[in-house]
Amino acid sequence: MSEEKKTILKIEDLHKSFGDNEVLKGVSLSLNKGENKVIIGPSGTGKSTLLNNVNRLVPPDRGRIYLDGEEITSQNINKMRQEIGFVFQDFGLFNHLTALGNVKVGLTKVKKMDKQDAQDLAMEELRRVGLEESAEQYPAELSGGQKQRVGIARALAMQPKLILFDEPTSALDPELIGEVLNVMKNLAKEGMTMLVVTHEMGFARTVSDEIIFMENGYIVEQGPPKQLFNNPDTERTREFLFKLTELYGEGDE
Amino acid sequence: MEIFDLFIEAWPLLFKGVQLTLLLTVISIIAGTTIAIFLALGKTYGPKYVKWPIVVFIEIIRGTPLLAQLFILYFGLPPYGLNLSGFTVAFIGFTVNCSAYTAEYLRGSIMSIESNQLRVAQSLGMTKWQGIFNVILPQALRRVVPSWTNEFIYLLKYTSLAYMIGTHELMTQAKFFASRNYEFFKVYLIVALFYLVLVVFFTNIFSWVERQFKIPGFEFEH
Repeated sequence: MSEEKKTILKIEDLHKSFGDNEVLKGVSLSLNKGENKVIIGPSGTGKSTLLNNVNRLVPPDRGRIYLDGEEITSQNINKMRQEIGFVFQDFGLFNHLTALGNVKVGLTKVKKMDKQDAQDLAMEELRRVGLEESAEQYPAELSGGQKQRVGIARALAMQPKLILFDEPTSALDPELIGEVLNVMKNLAKEGMTMLVVTHEMGFARTVSDEIIFMENGYIVEQGPPKQLFNNPDTERTREFLFKLTELYGEGDE
Repeated sequence: MEIFDLFIEAWPLLFKGVQLTLLLTVISIIAGTTIAIFLALGKTYGPKYVKWPIVVFIEIIRGTPLLAQLFILYFGLPPYGLNLSGFTVAFIGFTVNCSAYTAEYLRGSIMSIESNQLRVAQSLGMTKWQGIFNVILPQALRRVVPSWTNEFIYLLKYTSLAYMIGTHELMTQAKFFASRNYEFFKVYLIVALFYLVLVVFFTNIFSWVERQFKIPGFEFEH
């Protein structure tokens, strides 16, 4: 098996219910190293639950999840979470820490990294998302787009094997979406393995290797963007993509 | 006697009283706040067998008069062979009260932190308690400062109750002094002024401290 084909994330037959409401009804997918997959689908179809199941912020009811060949369980979860970046819809910055502090805290408190090394690495990640100027600013002083870029830098600093993005631009004003998507595009180009829940069709079309269309707790269809946009297997996929494109536009590029 | 002369004459005695008042206040607030942190965390995040004893403790302390608590400890325990000095009783009583009230303020403050913050901390690989200590508590403590300042002021004034259990704090000294010269009105006026000056002094100290620790997003309304 060549390096590029190495499976980073493997999800098998994932089930999750909230009370009587079965949100995930057996979802399986896998992600190779350096791959970028986008999950789309109507709201309430379990997209966010799926991501939250992977790092067990919401533990699944049934099914297995493997990171780089090792099963993720409640026993090894704290170690696994260090290797799975998570970018939240509402940014989730720690309000009492500066941008730099936010990026650094996982390194010093979780990885127990030397203070100076943590500082240097955090600064480098802020530079990577174009925010070295804002290092000393607090979340309350940052725009939504800047906050989300700090959120991405924080995930990156942990040097994860995979980053999960849970609607990273949904809470942003339209004019701020671009700066976040650009950072994500660059990450994809650099070969970061990413699983992204988003409605940004431009990103899905131009950046992702595969689009996964989910509805009612199942994966309806998955495949390269070209195939899903031009020649989907199901009428439902065509309908949904048409609606999204109408709503959010084709996206630039 | 003129009030000013009275003040000069009373000063040595009252000064001694103030020192004890301050000592009692400061050690009680430090001990009480430390305990409050554990009570608040236990009540908010602890398992049931930790949570319920704390709930009962806080309700009993908040639900009974401070003076009754002091009297139980001071007058009620000696028949059972436990003789505590007035100062010790005052220290225990004030500490326990401060811990119960501050625990509730702190809990309110913890609940006001966005619930997502702990999830995010865990997503970085922190355990729940690492998240609580590194993320929740630093924010909650900042937000609790205004109510905590209030608690300090209450406590400072409540120490005057120690006068009922033979502790020579400010009120007791004032009573000694006044019973010698029968200038009750003027002496207690002076004492009230003492408390007022202390309260204003500490209020200012705390708002200065607040400003030093102020960070954007945590401003307090004044």
